Amino acid sequence: MTSLDSPAIKKNMSVSVIMFTVVFALIPALIAQIGFFGLQILGNLIIGISFALILEAVCLKLRHYPIKPFLKDGSAFLTAWLLIISIPSSTPIWVMLVGLFFSIVISKHAYGGIGSNPFNPAMIGYAVLLISFPKIMTNWPSAEYFDFNNFLNFSQLFSMFTSLDVVDGIVSATPLDEIKTALFLGEPIKNSFSLFDQFNAYQIMSIFYLIGGLYLMIKKIITWHLPVSLILSIFLFSFILHQINPDVFMPSLFHLMNGATFLAAFFIITDPVSSPTTLNGKIIFGVMVGLITVIIRNFGGYPDGIAFAVIFMNIFVPLIEKFTQPKVFGYE
Amino acid sequence: MIEAILITLSITIFIGLVLGYASIKLKTTGDPIVDKIDKILPQTQCGQCGYPGCKPYATAIANGEADINQCPPGGDDGIHKLADLLGVEYKPLNAEHGEPKPKSVAIIDESTCIGCTLCIQACPVDAIVGAAKQMHTIIEKECTGCELCLPPCPVDCIDMQVIPETTENWKWKYPIYKIKQQN
Amino acid sequence: MNITDKIFKFFGGIKPEGHKQISTRNPIKRLPLSKELIIPIRQHVGKMPNIIVKIGDRVLKGQILAEPVANLSAATHASTSGYVKEIKPMNIPHPSGLPDQCVVLETDGKDEWISLEKIDIENISVSNLLEKLKHSGVVGLGGATFPSHIKLNTNRIETLIVNAAECEPYITCDDMAMQEMTQDFVDGINLIMHILNIPKTIIGIEDNKPQAISKLNSVLSGSKNIQLKIIPTVYPSGDEKRLIYLMLGVKIPKEKRPTEFGIQVFNVATLISIARFINYGEPVISRVVTVTGALSQPNNYLALIGTPIQQLIKDAGGDPSQEVIMGGPMMGFKLPHTDVGVTKAMNCLLAVTDEMKSKASTEMPCIRCTKCVEVCPAQLQPQELYWHAKSKQFEKLTDDYKLFDCIECGCCSYVCPSNIPLVQYYRYAKSEIREQSKSSEIADIARDRNEFRLFRLEREKKERAERNAQRRAQVSDEDKKKLIDEKKAAIEAAMKRVAENEE
Repeated sequence: MTSLDSPAIKKNMSVSVIMFTVVFALIPALIAQIGFFGLQILGNLIIGISFALILEAVCLKLRHYPIKPFLKDGSAFLTAWLLIISIPSSTPIWVMLVGLFFSIVISKHAYGGIGSNPFNPAMIGYAVLLISFPKIMTNWPSAEYFDFNNFLNFSQLFSMFTSLDVVDGIVSATPLDEIKTALFLGEPIKNSFSLFDQFNAYQIMSIFYLIGGLYLMIKKIITWHLPVSLILSIFLFSFILHQINPDVFMPSLFHLMNGATFLAAFFIITDPVSSPTTLNGKIIFGVMVGLITVIIRNFGGYPDGIAFAVIFMNIFVPLIEKFTQPKVFGYE
Repeated sequence: MIEAILITLSITIFIGLVLGYASIKLKTTGDPIVDKIDKILPQTQCGQCGYPGCKPYATAIANGEADINQCPPGGDDGIHKLADLLGVEYKPLNAEHGEPKPKSVAIIDESTCIGCTLCIQACPVDAIVGAAKQMHTIIEKECTGCELCLPPCPVDCIDMQVIPETTENWKWKYPIYKIKQQN
Repeated sequence: MNITDKIFKFFGGIKPEGHKQISTRNPIKRLPLSKELIIPIRQHVGKMPNIIVKIGDRVLKGQILAEPVANLSAATHASTSGYVKEIKPMNIPHPSGLPDQCVVLETDGKDEWISLEKIDIENISVSNLLEKLKHSGVVGLGGATFPSHIKLNTNRIETLIVNAAECEPYITCDDMAMQEMTQDFVDGINLIMHILNIPKTIIGIEDNKPQAISKLNSVLSGSKNIQLKIIPTVYPSGDEKRLIYLMLGVKIPKEKRPTEFGIQVFNVATLISIARFINYGEPVISRVVTVTGALSQPNNYLALIGTPIQQLIKDAGGDPSQEVIMGGPMMGFKLPHTDVGVTKAMNCLLAVTDEMKSKASTEMPCIRCTKCVEVCPAQLQPQELYWHAKSKQFEKLTDDYKLFDCIECGCCSYVCPSNIPLVQYYRYAKSEIREQSKSSEIADIARDRNEFRLFRLEREKKERAERNAQRRAQVSDEDKKKLIDEKKAAIEAAMKRVAENEE
């Protein structure tokens, strides 16, 4: 039986087209990241993605699947990319490989391969690293300004092999980190540091993620439901908290521009396998992820709660789908 | 310490009373299990399971005397359904009771039939029409393919014919675009 | 029901490339008679009609070869004059590749018509007309082949909708028929409106047929009751329920018929056949077939039913070894054998192009991207149907996910990035569910018969036991009498002896 059975014509779309379009949308933010933090992130990406593809090939071989079509579809490529840009670029290489192992092998192949993973693979890897190596994960390299020389500083490409210990290089806390510390110490925020005095690196990267995300929406790779519901939900809940106590809780714009909000909204929760399939379900998912994120950021133990919020809501996806099935044509 | 015992005891008694009340008041009078099993069986009435018909086999399964994998006409599908209904493990078909065969109907060779009525007495669903010293014939629509009429016939004039696939009973097959090699 | 100028947009649908211009450059062609015609006896939905000719009979053009047996049945006619050469199972255009009963007609080249009877529409009752239509061979020529006399057997129609959409890519037979057989087409509409007293008609036509639209506009300029509505080119706007929604905004659920809402839908070619039957007495013996695809001269042909398709393909510049799809690229099927004849359902013969062959590839796992949900015109959840059908869990499919509302249009498979043949899974699941319900009905009957047999045997046993008990009771009475008589005789004998001794 050939697949010439109806229909005989097909739209020019495949899984690899989808995945590589998403990668393409991530490139502007990557350029910004290199400009601020150096070529280290590119080195991380090259090593990490190669390792991820090797891991994927080994898993496929063990499960008796043909390797070429599955490697070509770019899902391991994208998972590795998302994980690597979520962790600090000064992470030692072995930490990154552990994270990739959990993302590709445990979270994806142990559950049945692509299409069968209930949890977001990149977030599982990130959550494992965050819990196992908290000190490394919260030490981001510092960046004051965009430096074009960073693009030519090729020695930085392989600095991951030299930095076995994190204290190498200047590291500093992210803005979310700083407010978490301030919350614990009980200090009012405004005294800690100034907010919008300068457009820091993270806010510029957030804007590039937003641009990439809008490109994906125009190309119809993702629908508006998930990103818009997450962004509005974070905005709304942080706004409410800010009104309750403006000294302790940051304003909503801060929450939107810092942390991984736009990255998560357009690239992470839109992972098709682990998010709901119904449109109303997507809106509910986005709202709940936003709520949990805001709670973790302001009351929880970790600076950025997106990873845990996403993983937590992944558990509820089948239930959400069951209750949001739309009506079929002709039925009232 | 004594309060703890009293409280736990009273909770236990309360829950026990509620459960007892529920088991009496909310008792369901649905299908007994024998009927549910019988609904799954294919009603060929062939006796290959070792019991004289589908209802006795269903009763035996319900009593625990028979296993669920003794029915060849029901096939693997039937065993899976029985395993789901009774909450037991699936077992492959027991080859002692026969192999699954394609659906067929019996046909009498009218030139050889002597009109002895032995096959009429054997048919479990009365699908054979005839009388003593008169021609016998099988009602094709009612024949279940159980083959119980073949042994009694003294002149061996009954044959089983596989029902051919025509455009009337053709159905679409399971798409076989397998990507995984079979182990 | 208000007919407004509004066109309602239905959810979903796709816009594939049309490929229609290649077969509309030339007018409809008529080929010379072929030596043999292979006419399948059953070319419609319903019971196999009864063959009334024998091998060796001479038949005339339009002579009936097989009579309809029940109401859901239609007639088959000889497409030209000649001799019945064979009546046997032969290859037919069916996805299974299984043969079916056919009449092989050896043509004599004279093309002699049987005497035709025009129908006087003013002086005939509706029931008589429907009876005549039943023997006319008119069935739905859009591909469904449902006998039309059943569709006309109703008097509650407020709106007649004409399906001139022809939404599938490559197919242009209705387009050319509307341009060249315009008078027959309009006659068909008027006749039906007259027979059934239908007040209004809407013709739904896609905007990719400008010549047909302008021709129809000029012919219909005087008619007040026939409205031409131009709809955007979206596949599948030609599906019956989608078209009704486009025209009138009415959503008809699966279990209801359009006639219950006062609507009836007819295809262009069917209306032309009805007009020719009523006005000229001609039964259905030919149809317009689009022959297109990977050929050098794609064209439309007015082909006689039973014409070997190789003749059409050769004339269109094709190769006998090519793979041919019957129907359009979305809903058509690959013909397992190409030595078959043209049937009433054959609206298009599509020679497979290299582009189609290159698209065929292996099925990858579903990534839940829900592109299929975005295009399904029936607003179903194709990925749920796929998972349940693939794992053979048929219980939820019918009621929860409404599998039987699927019209098998192929929009979901068209957009699937993982190349999953979704429609094949649904067809498989539908066949299995239908067969399961049929076999459970048969099992119920067998169970009842078995129970009755056991009851009958019990009853016979009881009756026999009663009869025996009665007989035993009778016998013991006689026995008793015998004993008493014997005893009496013995006593008498003894008394006689005593009396003799005394003497």
